[in-house]
Amino acid sequence: MDAAVFLISAAIVLAGAGGVLVARSPVHAALFLVQTLFGVSVLFVLQDATFLAAIQVIVYAGAVVILFLFVIMLLGVDRFEDLGVEPIVGQRPVAALIGASLLGMLLIALLVSVDEPTGAHGANAALGDAADNTRRLGEALFTDYVFAVELTAILLTIAVIGAVVLARKVRGPLAPLPVVVVASATIEDPEAGDGPTDTTDGHAAGEDT
Amino acid sequence: MIPATLTAPLVLAADPLLDGPIGPGIVGIVLIKVVLAFTLLLVSVMLMIWFERKLVADMHNRIGPAEAGPFGILQTLADGIKLFFKEDLVPDRADRMVFKLAPYLSLVPAFLVFAIVPIGGDFSGDGTVTWFGETTYLQVADPPVGVLFFLALSSIAVYGVMLAGWASGSKYPLLGSVRASAQMISYEAALGLAIATVFLTSGSLSTHEIVARQVSGSWNVLATGVVPFLVFLLAGTAELNRPPFDLVEAEQELVGGFHTEYSSLRFSLFFLAEFMNVITMSAIAVTLFLGGPAGPILTDTLGWVWPLFWFSSKVFVFLFCFVWLRATLPRLRYDQLMDLGWKVLIPVALGWFLLIATMNVADDLGWPVVPVVLAGVAVLVAGAALLAGAIEKARGDALAELTDEGAKG
Repeated sequence: MDAAVFLISAAIVLAGAGGVLVARSPVHAALFLVQTLFGVSVLFVLQDATFLAAIQVIVYAGAVVILFLFVIMLLGVDRFEDLGVEPIVGQRPVAALIGASLLGMLLIALLVSVDEPTGAHGANAALGDAADNTRRLGEALFTDYVFAVELTAILLTIAVIGAVVLARKVRGPLAPLPVVVVASATIEDPEAGDGPTDTTDGHAAGEDT
Repeated sequence: MIPATLTAPLVLAADPLLDGPIGPGIVGIVLIKVVLAFTLLLVSVMLMIWFERKLVADMHNRIGPAEAGPFGILQTLADGIKLFFKEDLVPDRADRMVFKLAPYLSLVPAFLVFAIVPIGGDFSGDGTVTWFGETTYLQVADPPVGVLFFLALSSIAVYGVMLAGWASGSKYPLLGSVRASAQMISYEAALGLAIATVFLTSGSLSTHEIVARQVSGSWNVLATGVVPFLVFLLAGTAELNRPPFDLVEAEQELVGGFHTEYSSLRFSLFFLAEFMNVITMSAIAVTLFLGGPAGPILTDTLGWVWPLFWFSSKVFVFLFCFVWLRATLPRLRYDQLMDLGWKVLIPVALGWFLLIATMNVADDLGWPVVPVVLAGVAVLVAGAALLAGAIEKARGDALAELTDEGAKG
């Protein structure tokens, strides 16, 4: 059972990763990435790491790739690309070389130390009950690693503030360009939302509503 | 607790049913539960669509569906059959693969969420029912990360809307889907924070456990102090794209929104998913805040009927309110929607979450409750004042800029 689940989800992960590489449309590539993330999340469940599995889907599939898609759609780069053109000359052979050498390193590590692939005994065993791992993670993060957690939080806050500062409009003598303000947001629209909204009836049934 | 690795290799179901050796009988019971949940949801969607149309008609002083079946109750079925036989169009400029995939990305999460909702079981005991001599929960699965599973699926549901709009290859669906996904992502944060308060009071993520805690203590709507419940309701309504937050399909502006180009069966899948989400969101609200199937068990014979009855009645109240909102409230403007989400709901939910967390810590460490609460409230009020000041300043700046522009132009 475990082996079957592992094989199927590993196949899904690899197919998704391959899809990201060969998909000609960026949107398709992003969707293949979601497929890979799902496969990884199933692998987490297989390891009794249910919390990580859920967070994997919520954070990566639910937020990160959605942001990718937003950017792809809003920047209008969502067209099919010609993969025959190499944007940076010589990039592909170098990438192939690096990929092959990484694979070689992995294989050597696996073949030399058969019993403990990660170098630590029993690292693949569950730490405890599956129901327990949310509590364990929380305890570890907020006792032993609380400093790192707080630092990460500060880093993220700085990133947010930095983004706001960079994106905000500069006024006064330093203003680079005249800023066009869309006024529609502050104008009252008397029509908006008047009357009953008949969305469902209008679509599904039509005449007798 | 029995180590999960010994019993079930996949731990997404911590049910007493799966504790022993798994034989064909147990597989049968699981299958029955799955099929029951599936049919129950489909039938209730059918009734819900009819109920919504009938109730809105009553509130508008119309008759509403009246032809098919008694009181028009079969109208949904007739509509479904009609949709089924309509021509299935794929626009020329559509991305065919994604266009066909999107409706399923909407529908499947809507179905799956219902799997974690405990719809019955006698929670004055341990919340189980006994079928054919086997003890089991009355829910398809009780994953240890239950409510996170709900959040994960609701973040997947965004894909259905977003990709449907993009793949249609036309501008109104694209505008609608960008609106929809921005709205759903914004309100997911408030929704998550409201739910996090429930985690704090219940101390568990599993839906079964959350209901059990509410039965032994007080219902979460009171235990968390009502505010998270209200935030959950508002954010949930926005997450469902229901009126008054249905800008996604504002027909005056966007034709039909993200599903403008969809017809026939694919449209009906979106439609189904929308109503299914209304039902599952109500069920989740009942589970998290209103004690799920808990309630007095009034008779000894057929005692298992009562929890089901209480659960359905509570869900029904929510469904009624959703329809009521739709029939009475006008649609919000887009900036009002975003203001409500980011400037009101998220700060309120976050502040309340911090307050509850402080009280929990004070309780653990044996600090006196009253000064801690007072200090906490003082900090929150100071924070709120700062936020209000910042918002006011930003608004003033924007206005000044507008008048400057006006003076120049």
